[in-house]
Order: sequence, then C-alpha cells, then structure tokens
Amino acid sequence: MPKTLAEKVYEAHVVRSTAGEPDLLYIDLHLVHEVTSPQAFDGLRAAGRTVRHPELTMATEDHNVPTLDILKPIADPISRAQVDALRRNAKEFGIRLAPMGDRDQGIVHVIGPQLGLTQPGMTIVCGDSHTSTHGAFGALAFGIGTSEVEHVLATQTLPQYKPKQMSVTVDGELAPGVSAKDIILAVIAQIGTNGAAGHVIEYRGSAIEALSMEARMTICNMSIEAGAKAGLIAPDRTTFDFLQGRPHAPQGADWDAAVEYWSTLRTDEGAVFDAEVVLDASTLTPFVTWGTNPGQGLPIDGVVPDPADFADEGERRAAEQALAYMGLTAGTPLREIEVDTVFLGSCTNGRIEDLRVAADLLRGRKIDPSTRMLVVPGSVGVKAQAEAEGLDKVFLEAGAEWRGAGCSMCLGMNPDQLKPGERSASTSNRNFQGRQGKGGRTHLVSPSVAAATALTGKLTAPADLIGA
Amino acid sequence: MDAFTTHTGTAAPLRRSAVDTDQIIPAEYLKRITRTGFEDGLFIAWRTNEPDFVLNQPQYADASILVAGPDFGTGSSREHANWALLDGGFRVVISSRFADIFRNNSTKSGLLTVVLPQAEVEKLWTAIEADPTTPVTVDLQAKAVSYGDTVVPFEIDDYVRWRLLEGLDDVGLTERHLDDIEAYEAKRPSWLPTALPAR
Ligand code: SF4
Repeated sequence: MPKTLAEKVYEAHVVRSTAGEPDLLYIDLHLVHEVTSPQAFDGLRAAGRTVRHPELTMATEDHNVPTLDILKPIADPISRAQVDALRRNAKEFGIRLAPMGDRDQGIVHVIGPQLGLTQPGMTIVCGDSHTSTHGAFGALAFGIGTSEVEHVLATQTLPQYKPKQMSVTVDGELAPGVSAKDIILAVIAQIGTNGAAGHVIEYRGSAIEALSMEARMTICNMSIEAGAKAGLIAPDRTTFDFLQGRPHAPQGADWDAAVEYWSTLRTDEGAVFDAEVVLDASTLTPFVTWGTNPGQGLPIDGVVPDPADFADEGERRAAEQALAYMGLTAGTPLREIEVDTVFLGSCTNGRIEDLRVAADLLRGRKIDPSTRMLVVPGSVGVKAQAEAEGLDKVFLEAGAEWRGAGCSMCLGMNPDQLKPGERSASTSNRNFQGRQGKGGRTHLVSPSVAAATALTGKLTAPADLIGA
Repeated sequence: MDAFTTHTGTAAPLRRSAVDTDQIIPAEYLKRITRTGFEDGLFIAWRTNEPDFVLNQPQYADASILVAGPDFGTGSSREHANWALLDGGFRVVISSRFADIFRNNSTKSGLLTVVLPQAEVEKLWTAIEADPTTPVTVDLQAKAVSYGDTVVPFEIDDYVRWRLLEGLDDVGLTERHLDDIEAYEAKRPSWLPTALPAR
C-alpha cells in the first residue's frame, strides 16, 4: 500500500504494536532544556531509574538565559536555580550539556540541525512544542510534556497513536520580499490555530522544494501553531548538502548508506492524506498578525478586521477580545500600526539566513529613532557566523542591539520583555496575550518585514522601502 | 498519578475559545523546579486584569470542573498548564476541542479532559450560569457527564480510560516490554547519530 513520508518514518520506529493499545515508538534523539525537564529528572530519581541512553540525549540552556552579560551568573535567582538544576541533572545522568558560554549553546531547535544531530528519517522529541522544526529534514519530530520527557529518559520510547496525515501543497514562485514565514502565516490563517489537530502535516510542492533548509525550518517550526502534531518535508539534495560535513553527520561509507536510505523517504505515488490544503505561492504577500493567536493574520495590504464581519460567534468574540487587548480599531490599515520594539530572533527566525535578509535591508540605513530593535541569534554558532560576515556591525550601525544567543523576547523568561502596552513586530511564533511580557502586544512578521518595520517604526513591507 | 473514576463538583463557564497555554500559565511561572505550587500562575493575567473574569466571581471560586470554549490548551507543550489547573483545584476540563499536546499531557497528569459537542457545552454553560451551585458529575466509569436531569455521554479512548481509572504510570507499563525495546535497538542502523561530543 502506498505510504506517506510520515507513515514511513513512523512505521520504521514501531517497537511494539498490539490491538487496543498505543504503539511503542522508538526515539532516536531526545533534546532537553531547563524549563520542562527538572520534574522529569526528579521522577527518575524518585523511582530509582536511570537514563536509558544518555548518548541519544542532548541538553542545552536556552529559555532563561540572559542575552547580555552571558558570562556572568544569571541575575534572576529563580532562573539561575532552574539552569543550575539542569547542570546538576546532566552531570548526574551523564548527558551532554551545552551550557551558557559553550560554542554549541543555543536554542534547542537551532543547535540540533546546526550540529548535524537532526537527520532525515529520525524520530526526535523535546519537551517543547516547536520540536516540529526538525521535521524540515524529513524527521518525525514533535513536542512532549514533562511526564513524557521522563518516559523517554527512562525507556527511549513513547506510547503513541499513529497520527492522521495532512498535506499542505504550495506551488508557484514567491514574489521578492515574500518568504517562508509568510507561507506559514498564510497557511495558519487559512486552517486556523488548531485546524491541523491530530495530524502530521507534510509540506510539499514546488515552492517548498525551492526553499533553503533555514526556510523549511521556519515553516515546520510553526506547524504547532496550526495545532499539528508535527510538520515535515521530504529530504532532498538541499537537505543532504546542508548536512554533509556537520559534526554529527555520518561520514564515508556511513554517509553513502545514509543517503541511500534517506532518498527513499518520500511519499509514495497514490498515498492517501486525510486532509489536503493547497496554496499558490505566487499570490502571497507579506503577512502580519493583528490578533492574539497566530491564525489571526492578514496580508500587510489589509486593514484591521471588523469583528462584526465574522459569521461564527466564537470567532467574533475572539476577534473582539483580540482587538481590545491589542488596542486596535477595526478598519485601521495594517501599515499604519506603529511599533515600539522589533524582535529578530527565536527558533522560527533566528538562523543565519534570517539575519542576512534583515541585515541586507538595514545596511547603510538607520532604524526609526523611536523604535528599539533587538537582534538575538538563535545560537552561539549563528552569532559567530554572523560576526564573521560582519552582520553584527550592520545591525549596530543601523542602531539595533546585538545580543547573545537564546530564546529571549520570544517568551520573555529572561529580562528581554515588552512593557505593558508596548507593541512589537516579532519574528517569533506566538502572539498570545502577554507572551513577550505582561500586557505586551505582538505582531508576528517575517525577518524582512521586521527589518523594514524597524526602519519606519510602522508595520512595513520590504517592497515599501524601494525609493524610500 | 491519582486514579480518576468519578468526580462531582461545581463548574465554571469559561466562555473563550483558543485558550492558549500562555493564558493558563505564563512563562514566568514555569521557573519552579518542583511539581506543585503552580496555582499562583493559573490564568493570572485574566485574574489580575479582569475583575469580572469568571474565576474572580465568588460563586465560581470553588469550581472543580472548567467548561471552556473550543480549542482549549493550544500552544506550548508545558505540562505545567495541567499542573496549574490541578493545583488550582480543577479535576476536569470540558471543551468541544482540545489541543493535542495539552490533552495528551492531561492523560499523564491525571486531569480529565472531556470532549463534548459545542451544543452540549453551550447547554452546560447556560445551566451553570443560571445556577452556579449546580452539581456536575463526570463519571469516567460510565463515560457520561450529568447535571440536573441531563446525562451526556462522551467518548474516550479505552486504553487511556483504563490507565486513568487505574492511575497507572506509563513508564512502569513500558518497562514490561524491555525485550521488545532491546530487540529493536539491536537492529538500529549504525550510522545514526549520538550526541556524545563530536569527533
Ligand atoms: S525561541 Fe521561543 S518558541 Fe523557540 S524554543 Fe525558545 S521560547 Fe520556544
């Protein structure tokens, strides 16, 4: 029977399958960070268990880490206690940790691919919903809760039910200034913030095949914002080229064997998807969100919607609540929305290509004097690469702040937060109420819209700058 | 995890859709490294900023069943959202649709999530708004929610139900299948990566 890519990866990892019970799925790589792991390690200790495969487990510090003074101890005692707990646990259980200051430290979803630990056909989990990022390599990668973290630490497996299959096909060519972020925001706006619940999404079509690995990661990253269990893309030459030579990628004969296997990881002709979504890339423009969930987005040419125009009562109420929280009036052109802060970073858009795109727009220009721009590379590796290319200078000369690596203002667990009522244009993935700081208001955008917005102080498409 | 068989209590109507995990408990409350005490962050922004927020109303202060709009628990994988609800005195959340990870976490933490059609959620909202003291019973044994003269059946996966009824922990169940795990491990391709420091 023809199978989808996700089915192939899933079936290759079934340890045990019995009617009336979930399958037991083997996990090839378990990524760990400080926020969702301490209670899991405590659980192991309480039950006298060990980590079954420390060598298939990798930990990093990302959510709490400050992006200034990174070589000093963390000032916030509670954040420091959480990071210290991870350090103790990693040591006790023999897990590799990339701590603050380490050259491999960074956001968990940036370092996996960067190190070559993320490879096609693998199962990858992390106590973090954006684990879907790793699906860009054709891996089945999904976020889990702390009880499941404990389960994977103890057994290297997870009880699972086979998810349903959804295809999102994007054909056609993107216009200049339109990017992967705009594709995924458009997809989420179309299917809704939980529209892919119970499904794994496979992104396919010519527009997806044309994307770089960084751009594919941006798309898979936000699968969870559509409620999907995971998102993935079939591995191809682009994938293999990205991986070859990375520290943990196979070498020599192993490389050849791996590529041979990876090349079979494609959805078979005639495989059936439970749901199908189709998008034409050539019609897309830069997308921005106006509300408080990632599905509340529109092309930047639009205006703030009128809640009265929503037929569904629940959506109408949600739009009313969103506009009240966001301090927006129906009918306002999106381009007239003024922002205080621009955040460029996160596991969605904190990779080298994202920084390059933004730097290209900022080079030789100055950001709006009333706007603050924070540039936070996704990892120490990305930071080093950017500095080698001189991008740090471009940002600094434009008037932006150049910071250390971490999650930063994506969720404001460290000091990088919006103040109440402050408005941001952010390349991260969630515009939930208070996500970037209590009372903060978030508009999700692509890196190029972020840079263009920093220059004008209002939501701006890169194309608007031509002649400016 | 505590076993769940049946629960009777009063219910609070949360007339909001897509309640995300950042609203259930924001990030700054996730820094605790223990497994209890998360009630301080539960719906904290709404509790602080909205005087008429449902859980600020005295008649719902002791509710142990939360009746929410569709798409409850979207967003992050934080099991802390489950813990915050449990620590805040809730044993059951009812909604017409849950986000996957939230629901899956609930089956590990002992919070029961019950899916009812939106029309039934609306009827329940009306009943508990008319009389906040209405006792609501959620019976996992019988797979039914009942209040007044109304009995509404619900569906739940048999295996999940069995685990919840018994209060069983997954790790222990999986450890019964160590042979299968070892057999699988023996066949894994040698080129798969390990996280040990790279060459
Ligand atoms: S960057 Fe944001 S979304 Fe990504 S892992 Fe960090 S907090 Fe989560």
